[in-house]
Amino acid sequence: MMETIRSLGIWGLNTFERLGRGHLFLLHLLTGIPALFFRFSLVIQQLYSVGVLSVFLILISGLFVGMVLGLQGYNTLVDFGAEESLGVLVALSLVRELGPVVSALLFAGRAGSALTAEIGLMKSTEQLSGMEMMAIDPIRRVIAPRFLAGLISMPLLAAIFSAVGVFGGFLVGHGLLGVDDGAFWSQMQVKTDWFDDVFNGVIKSMVFGFVVTWIALFEGYDAIPTSEGVGRATTRTVVHSAFAILGLDFVLTALMFGDE
Amino acid sequence: MPLVKIRDLHFYRGDRAIFDGVNIDIHQGKITAIMGPSGTGKTTLLRLIGGQLRPHRGTIEVDGQNVHKLSHTELYELRKRMGMLFQSGALLTDLTVFDNVAFPLREHTDLPESMIRDLVLIKLQTVGLRCARDLMPSELSGGMARRVALARAVTLDPMMIMYDEPFTGQDPISMGTLVNLIHRMNEAMELTSIVVSHDVAETAEIADYIYLLSEGKVIEEGSPVKLKRSSSQWVQQFMQGLPDGPVPFHYPGTGFSDDLLSPEVSA
Repeated sequence: MMETIRSLGIWGLNTFERLGRGHLFLLHLLTGIPALFFRFSLVIQQLYSVGVLSVFLILISGLFVGMVLGLQGYNTLVDFGAEESLGVLVALSLVRELGPVVSALLFAGRAGSALTAEIGLMKSTEQLSGMEMMAIDPIRRVIAPRFLAGLISMPLLAAIFSAVGVFGGFLVGHGLLGVDDGAFWSQMQVKTDWFDDVFNGVIKSMVFGFVVTWIALFEGYDAIPTSEGVGRATTRTVVHSAFAILGLDFVLTALMFGDE
Repeated sequence: MPLVKIRDLHFYRGDRAIFDGVNIDIHQGKITAIMGPSGTGKTTLLRLIGGQLRPHRGTIEVDGQNVHKLSHTELYELRKRMGMLFQSGALLTDLTVFDNVAFPLREHTDLPESMIRDLVLIKLQTVGLRCARDLMPSELSGGMARRVALARAVTLDPMMIMYDEPFTGQDPISMGTLVNLIHRMNEAMELTSIVVSHDVAETAEIADYIYLLSEGKVIEEGSPVKLKRSSSQWVQQFMQGLPDGPVPFHYPGTGFSDDLLSPEVSA
């Protein structure tokens, strides 16, 4: 019994200590952001590896998610004779929920894990220590550009996901199931609100981008510098990011759409 | 006055004392070797001097400044005048040899690219790798990687340079090259060198002064000649690489005959 309480206490202390380290790490990297606007080339390099290299995955996933939404939505709506509202259903589902959430989950799996592995390996091969000894702050020089790149990439990827998803829904709805294309687009335009739906979706994806990139970079920076340690850190990035995305999605949805 | 002055240094990992009241002086223009068996905290000592770790007690002064009393900015200013060669080389794997050596210059100076090119080529010429400037670190041998790291460590013309196990895992030719380079650069650039190593012959060949560390203390210090003539059995065992002596060959435990005659049979 005492042993259980003791290990619970140790687990609690370790968790809070890690949380504290994570927040100090975040503060430190945020101080490095302003300087990046004078050396934006560092961010552009990372935008390529974090953002551009994720585009293909986002395109394919978005297309299929949209197509499935088109199929499932049509089957439900047709029972009520409301199949012309398919465009609204697909667009709102994607812009409000699936776009930000699924693209963030994919981003965590593709870019987040890569960031953790990269930083973890840089740590284990003493590249970060080497920079410190060259009087170059690795958090500002290496971590901050990656963080900013993640922050910029995530909303753009979510927007691409939603756009391609809507197109996928249209392909299935109009091309396969014969929904009128005029009704599909016009109802979507009328019922989708720029601020309530699109802007809130963008805010969600920005929050997810912030959290996922922070988790990924911290896990890499805090990894035990062995191959096993880096492997574990990479796994933790994906798991913790998934929890954070889904948990925060609930909170944000309640705040944004809870009073409708 | 020594360039690096370490006084009453105490450093612990958990309950284990890595340093237990160590005093060391590193004199300007000299090559000082810190030697001792694996696990005695030689690399830790370099990290303490570089301010990457904090001692639990005692002081470390570099060029008259207490390293652990400096602000973040002051520490980074001091580090610009300290080079360090890591055991792994610690080259940035996504940059070419040229860009690795140019890295500190590009980060710390506003020199035009043409001047950076000249400075980098001079440093690479010194270590014999000018024509390897377009290679990636993954294309270099271990010895070449350390030579590139050495060129990078001296790019900003530091006052001192710390070498962490520079000879470990090197073939005889690479080892000879590194020994020669460390010696030559120390003289030509009027550096102060701290070499952490357990390669006795190579280190003793170039060192002006040696500190032998074991179990958190300085066991012996002096010139290589003095250490080779030391009356201490421990020093003789280490300097001559004898398999048995004060540091036993057998892991401590019960006697061999007792073990053989013991009725206990492992499952």
